[in-house]
Amino acid sequence: MADLDSFRTETRAWLEANCPPEMRTPMRNEKDYCWGGRDFAFQSPGQKQWLDAMGARGWTVPDWPKEYGGGGLSAAETKVLKQEMAALGARVPLTSFGISMLGPALLKYGTEAQKKRFLTEIALGQIRWCQGYSEPGAGSDLAGLQTKAEDRGDHYLVNGQKVWTSYADEADWIFCLVRTSTESKHKGISFLLFDMESPGVSTKPILLISGNSPFCETFFDDVQVPKDQLVGEENRGWDVAKYLLGHEREMISGMGLGGEKRALGAVLAEAIGPIDDPLLRAEIAHFDVDALAFAAMSERFIDQLKAGEAHPAFPSMMKYAGTELNKRRHELIVAAGGSDALEWDSERSRGGKAAREWLRTKGNSIEGGTSEVQLGIVAKHILRLPGA
Amino acid sequence: MMILTDDQKMLHDSIAPFMAEEGAIKRQLRHWREIGCKDGFGHGLWKQFAELGLTAMLIPEAQGGAGLGMVEAGVVLEEVGRNLTPSPFLTTAVAAVRALEGSGQAERWFPGIASGDIVAALAVDEGRTHDPARTACEARRSGNGFALSGVKQFVVHGASADVILIAARTAGAAGEREGISLFAIERGAKGLGIENVTLADTSKAARLTLDNVEVDSDALIGEVDGGWAPLSRALHAGRAGAAAELVGIAAGASDMTFEYLKQRKQFGRLIGEYQALQHRSAHCYGEIEIARAAALKAAQLIDAGDERAELMVSVAKAKAGRAAALAVQEGVQMHGGIGMTDEHDIGLYMKREVVLAELFGGPRFHAGRVAELSGY
Repeated sequence: MADLDSFRTETRAWLEANCPPEMRTPMRNEKDYCWGGRDFAFQSPGQKQWLDAMGARGWTVPDWPKEYGGGGLSAAETKVLKQEMAALGARVPLTSFGISMLGPALLKYGTEAQKKRFLTEIALGQIRWCQGYSEPGAGSDLAGLQTKAEDRGDHYLVNGQKVWTSYADEADWIFCLVRTSTESKHKGISFLLFDMESPGVSTKPILLISGNSPFCETFFDDVQVPKDQLVGEENRGWDVAKYLLGHEREMISGMGLGGEKRALGAVLAEAIGPIDDPLLRAEIAHFDVDALAFAAMSERFIDQLKAGEAHPAFPSMMKYAGTELNKRRHELIVAAGGSDALEWDSERSRGGKAAREWLRTKGNSIEGGTSEVQLGIVAKHILRLPGA
Repeated sequence: MMILTDDQKMLHDSIAPFMAEEGAIKRQLRHWREIGCKDGFGHGLWKQFAELGLTAMLIPEAQGGAGLGMVEAGVVLEEVGRNLTPSPFLTTAVAAVRALEGSGQAERWFPGIASGDIVAALAVDEGRTHDPARTACEARRSGNGFALSGVKQFVVHGASADVILIAARTAGAAGEREGISLFAIERGAKGLGIENVTLADTSKAARLTLDNVEVDSDALIGEVDGGWAPLSRALHAGRAGAAAELVGIAAGASDMTFEYLKQRKQFGRLIGEYQALQHRSAHCYGEIEIARAAALKAAQLIDAGDERAELMVSVAKAKAGRAAALAVQEGVQMHGGIGMTDEHDIGLYMKREVVLAELFGGPRFHAGRVAELSGY
């Protein structure tokens, strides 16, 4: 404990000295997140300075091993770092699919050379990754994917189309599921990494109901991918994909909830004044019961994971419950906002923040496996119901 | 850590088989119901609880107890809920012990509670809904002590109790927390009328009429006008304990239902193969897990003396009530016709749930508390 105390003292002092003042204010919207990458447009000099300082220390990924660009911190030290960052109001220096999704998969399935190269780039925020999973004909039934990778000796030749590729138009590299065999549905899939600047790759943003375009269609036309960019064994990419999906579901289930331990009613009362309507107040109170109980569940789930007591299919329950709650949260925010919350582009409404965020949450229970898919997984693997 | 410690897991591993065997529905709940037992529970089992150290688990070590906390009590109560085991554990060993702790009355009652010879009850509600601050039952100064007059209801095990802890007003007006005092009234006190009422789940809860019930000043638990403190301790523990028991009820009912889905065939298929039932089952499972996490968090915060405990206790009581209601209602529906019969146990879960969800405040009361405590 004495070690942990001195770590806390040192960490506090370092954060105080290195976190730029503009990185100590709450994020206002999506644009305040730092995603890193080759062409990232930093919002301020402080945002870049903060990424570089944290990246150099490995603290963008505090619990990854040092040799791969991580901080090499223990679970207890990582917790202290997060507490101290929270105490200072320090923003997360880097948000990326590299950290939350690809990294854990590479740590488990990557070759030494892959780990050295790709994990370090992720930690420093140099490369921004996107995920090539869903296809027009393979949504909930992801393993039905058809994008083809032919063995051409020293490389694979990739042809096909992906859809719902998050930020594909801003990403530098893609981790992508491809079909290398048609003999077996699940055991004919491989996991490839390649540069989005490779000849033959093109992207087209999809305009969503929120008016934003966080997703793209991504096309591959005779894209050559060197063989050393295969992760895991050929035709065993489904194992990697499933492992990674587990992390994605955890991330999505934590969206809007992980850090939010305050009651929604308190947040709303502060933002728009007293909640006078008794029926609305009651609805919000029932939501807060569910949300605060789910916060306890999230805390427990993390401890169960660490102790090896979590059921492997439990992230599906978390994803389902977390995303359904987030949809309810935004339904209530819009309801409480009345007609103010319906304004779409006025400055008063901060560009239709409430309405657009509300619409965006509708995707939470679709992306990363729909609520119905998650319930099916729970029924089959946890409840062991027949034929599920 | 939001998982049980090794000691707590050991406690669970010894209590679970005990409760499934000795506390089984057939052996306890149905047995006492069939013979029309006036207590609604068996004193033999209560003695066994004492022999296992359960009745004294929350009593401080200095006073001969095990000095354990609400997490451990919750471990026991989840198994009580799972087996619908009738006993005065929640009211006596949890709520009353927490009220008496540190008061002059503790020495008097703790030995009997520890040995399983004493049953204690808590009298708070005065109308059809729980609202302790609205206590109107009056305690007037009289001679050396007080004279209590008023009515109480939903006093669980009130007619079986050797001592009833009664909230009464010594000052202030209904709605105020200040001015409430807590008294220990013994069985047979002059002017104390007790009507033993059977509830939907065959448990017993008394209606009390107090007509100038005279008590000495040493019957006071805590300070005059300051009864809110011991009453709150009792209610927090009672609510957190009820939440754990509700989680057990939900888990017991849903396990029974999931098993049924794997056995019952209709249209040539196991009904558990139908997606309509699979998704509802999976949803139900999730709600119970979340309720369990909330109940555990509430118990841990009480044990840590954390100021957020009150909020989390209300979250847990409301969430567990809702999750258990879902589990028992889906349980009866998914069992179909047999779920409506008295012969099948699933209906017993539904009846227990509705009583326990109401005890110490229902989901709406506690959602309201969550709003108040959160400042809106």
